[in-house]
Amino acid sequence: MNWRAILAIYKFEMARTKRTISQSIISPVLSTCLYFVVFGGAIGSRIEQVDGVSYGAFIVPGLIMLSIMTQSLSNASFGIYFPRFSGTIYEMLSAPVSFWEATVGYVGAAATKSMMIGLIILATAGFFVPLEIAHPLWMITFLVLTSITFSLFGFLIGIWADNFEKLQLIPLLVVTPLVFLGGAFYSIEMLPEAWQTVSLFNPVVYLISGFRWSFYQISDVGVGVSLLMVMVFMAICLGLISFVFKTGYRLKH
Amino acid sequence: MSPVLSVQNLNKIYKGGKQALSDINLDVAKGEILALLGPNGAGKTTLISIICGIVNASNGKVLVGGFDNVKQFRQARSLIGLVPQELTTDAFETPWANLNFSRGLFGLPADPAKVEQVLRDLSLWDKKDNRIMTLSGGMKRRLLIAKALVHEPQILFLDEPTAGVDVALRQDMWQMVARLREQGVTVVLTTHYIEEAEAIADRVGVISGGKLLLVEDKDTLMANMGQKQLQVDLKTPLTLLPESLSALGFSLEKEGQQLLLRYGGKGEQIEVGAMLSAIHQAGVEVADIHTAQSSLEEIFIELLQETV
Repeated sequence: MNWRAILAIYKFEMARTKRTISQSIISPVLSTCLYFVVFGGAIGSRIEQVDGVSYGAFIVPGLIMLSIMTQSLSNASFGIYFPRFSGTIYEMLSAPVSFWEATVGYVGAAATKSMMIGLIILATAGFFVPLEIAHPLWMITFLVLTSITFSLFGFLIGIWADNFEKLQLIPLLVVTPLVFLGGAFYSIEMLPEAWQTVSLFNPVVYLISGFRWSFYQISDVGVGVSLLMVMVFMAICLGLISFVFKTGYRLKH
Repeated sequence: MSPVLSVQNLNKIYKGGKQALSDINLDVAKGEILALLGPNGAGKTTLISIICGIVNASNGKVLVGGFDNVKQFRQARSLIGLVPQELTTDAFETPWANLNFSRGLFGLPADPAKVEQVLRDLSLWDKKDNRIMTLSGGMKRRLLIAKALVHEPQILFLDEPTAGVDVALRQDMWQMVARLREQGVTVVLTTHYIEEAEAIADRVGVISGGKLLLVEDKDTLMANMGQKQLQVDLKTPLTLLPESLSALGFSLEKEGQQLLLRYGGKGEQIEVGAMLSAIHQAGVEVADIHTAQSSLEEIFIELLQETV
């Protein structure tokens, strides 16, 4: 195992985060504040409570999940796409580094960054609503698993994309709608019954539901099912990455 | 002694059917400098890329230091340093951070003294904290070399190292290659500048159309295939070539003002003194003499024409 290579890639990626620190932190803090003003203040004041939790507090886990998923995707996809685009990937391909080691470096850094942002949003939310976390360990577990899973997914997108447009395609056209329709801002019980059934096909519902349960012990689906779904999604991503590495797809001609 | 690099029956067919390499066999001895010559698109970069692990071979085998470059990629790749043809650098990083990154990728511990020495050797020390995007093209080229050397490879691959660089930098690089050879580093470089191969290589391989046409010791190649000319300018033009000189292989050129003897192919040698005596005995008065030797470039063109 080439641990030093993993660390080198991780540090390289974290240095990129550090260079854009203001944008990395200010942007999620600002957007969280905006969400609270719009959903928590303006709209939330008319909704009052969902399952006994104030609407402002109810959306906190959803907001964190929304940011974690989008940030993991963009960090990890950009992290591997850019060296492919600029050609600097030659060095990693010609170094004594296995593909799995490279994945751990890139995905680890992307997941770290999105977890940091998740925690920053959590702290920011504390200024707007009183926070209670019923199961902190489960909260951290869902935070870590979701960050890693979506970073793996982002890594795959970064390998698949062969132009900047494609890099944005899946996050914009697939993931954002799934997250918005995944109960980030509402409980799926608030939907008509038919749409509730449709929602159960949205994997994001399970992630948000599990994460919200760790805060308020309220969930759309059982927490065990949520955990299982994260694992299944992670296994699918790992399987696809394994295929990419076996075939050299888009990395080696 | 077993070769430090051995390429065996290597083939590469790209998706779409283009055969980039066709049955390449090549052994490189430790410490030698091999220049791979060939026109654009000949397959030079593909060959280097397969050896270094960037491109998959369709079939065949590459052994680096005796290690299979696919099955034992860690051992094989840790012996290799690669300087790519394109100036591909991390624009926002500094040379210092970038060299430390390169060492890390090769699994080596941090060594500030080594990084400093490599940066100094390549005249980049005073730029160590500048963003790479602010460096000139020549500096970026040197940075790529520094990155390839910072993990102390035993074989250095230079893919078109002097394409688009000025004369001074080219001379610097040639000197660097000479220094590396003194340290026992094997250097394989691709080039389409024949003078580069002529100046620094021990052996020359000629690639064209994905085939390795020949690999030969540079001096042997030039001795075997290089033509020499003895040109003798005459005081008084001749209308007819004396038979004794014709028998020796001379021809009459420049409207009778010059005697010309072509020799030297396949290692053939002549006694210039004896030739001059023969000219003197034939009663011909000499004004001046010159000798000329065909360059590697002429040999190269001749080889390519033979293949066509």
